[in-house]
Amino acid sequence: MSRHYLHVDPTLCVGHRLCAEMLPELVTLDDFGYPIISPDPLPHDLGRRVRRSVGACPALALTLDGTPGRRARRDEQGPGTPSG
Amino acid sequence: MSLLATAAELDLDLPRSGPWTKRLLAGSRLGGAEPLVHHVSRLGGDITDWTGRAGPDQLLDRLRRSGLRGRGGGGYPTSDKLAAVRRHGPGSVVVVNGSETEPVAGKDDLLLRLRPHLVLDGLLAVTRILGARQAFLVAHSAPALAAVRTAMRERQDLTLPVDVVRGPANFVGGEESALIRWLEGGPALPRYQPPRVVDRGWRGQPTLVQNVETLAHLGLVLRLGPDWFRGLGLADEPGTMLVTLSGAVEGPGVYEVPIGTPLPQILQVAGADPEAVALLVGGYFGSWLRAPEVQGLALSRASLRPAGATPGAGVLHLLPRGTCGLRESGRVLAWLAAQGARQCGPCAFGLPAMASALNEVADNGSVEALAQLQRWGDQIEGRGACRHPDGAVNLARSAAVAFPEELQRHRKGACGGHRQSSLPLPPVAHPR
Ligand SMILES: Cc1cc2nc3c(=O)[nH]c(=O)nc-3n(C[C@H](O)[C@H](O)[C@H](O)COP(=O)(O)O)c2cc1C
Ligand code: SF4
Ligand code: SF4
Repeated sequence: MSRHYLHVDPTLCVGHRLCAEMLPELVTLDDFGYPIISPDPLPHDLGRRVRRSVGACPALALTLDGTPGRRARRDEQGPGTPSG
Repeated sequence: MSLLATAAELDLDLPRSGPWTKRLLAGSRLGGAEPLVHHVSRLGGDITDWTGRAGPDQLLDRLRRSGLRGRGGGGYPTSDKLAAVRRHGPGSVVVVNGSETEPVAGKDDLLLRLRPHLVLDGLLAVTRILGARQAFLVAHSAPALAAVRTAMRERQDLTLPVDVVRGPANFVGGEESALIRWLEGGPALPRYQPPRVVDRGWRGQPTLVQNVETLAHLGLVLRLGPDWFRGLGLADEPGTMLVTLSGAVEGPGVYEVPIGTPLPQILQVAGADPEAVALLVGGYFGSWLRAPEVQGLALSRASLRPAGATPGAGVLHLLPRGTCGLRESGRVLAWLAAQGARQCGPCAFGLPAMASALNEVADNGSVEALAQLQRWGDQIEGRGACRHPDGAVNLARSAAVAFPEELQRHRKGACGGHRQSSLPLPPVAHPR
């Protein structure tokens, strides 16, 4: 079964916090009011609620896909890294 | 010159000599760009000679066996990146990244000014491997741009259009997606990835962004072979790398050293002040190393990893006596915070908050500010569209652990005189 991950495009997100309200299990807020998304694969039983939240983000900043985000891959080097 | 170098005072004009075999900086040390005739007579042949009858597959295989990694800071395996672009078939775009927006770096500019044909060899090779249809070469200084334009006129083998472009001046403008937006006529601001630029870059085309120095090595790899390349450096990190050294050294400038060269050896050759405060490795995204630590470390990812550092783009700065590492880090962090493109919340709000906290730590050693610094660093890391905040967080974390005695002294209010500064902070440039 394929794993899915929730991502936020930080250039679009304006910190409405709606996602944190709709998905408290997956989204917490940092001290500046911006969402910190769980780096883990999504639990299957949350599928519908996650999709609804993705659609509800007023900035269209949330996406779902099959690749883990950067916080889940902290030790890896990617093509976009500065100095580590 | 004084120990407190500013960017303008840094004598980055001449490649510095050391006891090391030279590759990129081999050949005459006399000023100016090496003309094509000298380049060819020194290295032999034109591309049809040195690639022989090898097709793109064999060239890519040769590159893979060399183990070359990117020299722009991230250290990503070059053959992997080429393969990711090549998957999409011919018609891709190549960008030679010589933006070098780091204030204390100078190696890419030096290469373009003195050895432009090495870089163009590398560009030629990757365009052949990819079947690219368009290339850009981005440089930042007028002499580098002039040297490249002259060199391009000297050779006939670059058959695709190559635009030579002055790069953006803002710090994050050197990031690959920002550079691509700049080349599209937009602001030099990073964008959120995915889609990755190897899949959708310049005008939506698969795009290879490669550092100037990486391409210079790559050209030599394809000329002289992977075994030659592996003759210097480490088995896991082969080759040489260019180091830009500044600060409390008699000979600031660009040095070429085999990867794995002990840091004390580099410092000794450069005439380092043995009483200097600390060594910054990896530039403004880098990590501080104190004297006892430096003794056991070498310039390689493997050696520096346990110390929480990486060679990055080879930028080293030796902090002179009379300066304070905490204060210096606070200044740089505030500057980095102002450089952020203010596109992403965690970067736009988190970095200024961290800079204030670090400056407070530098003022009075505040335990609360130190705890906030840790907390915000953990929150922010990995949450910008680009890695700018990650680099800044790395510097802040390193400062928080590298200067425990200073911290104690500041806590007692006993660190008065250290008001001098060393790391240059040029005016914040606009991304247009
Ligand atoms: C904020 C930021 C600034 C960067 N500036 C530069 C730069 O000035 N020059 C450069 O080559 N790479 C820079 N990079 C890295 C590039 O995004 C890219 O990874 C690099 O050019 C790839 O080349 P390489 O694989 O040959 O190292 C920067 C990255 C970040 C996050
Ligand atoms: S709902 Fe959308 S805009 Fe609001 S915080 Fe979440 S991701 Fe950001
Ligand atoms: S992380 Fe910072 S520098 Fe990078 S795109 Fe976002 S706001 Fe700009």
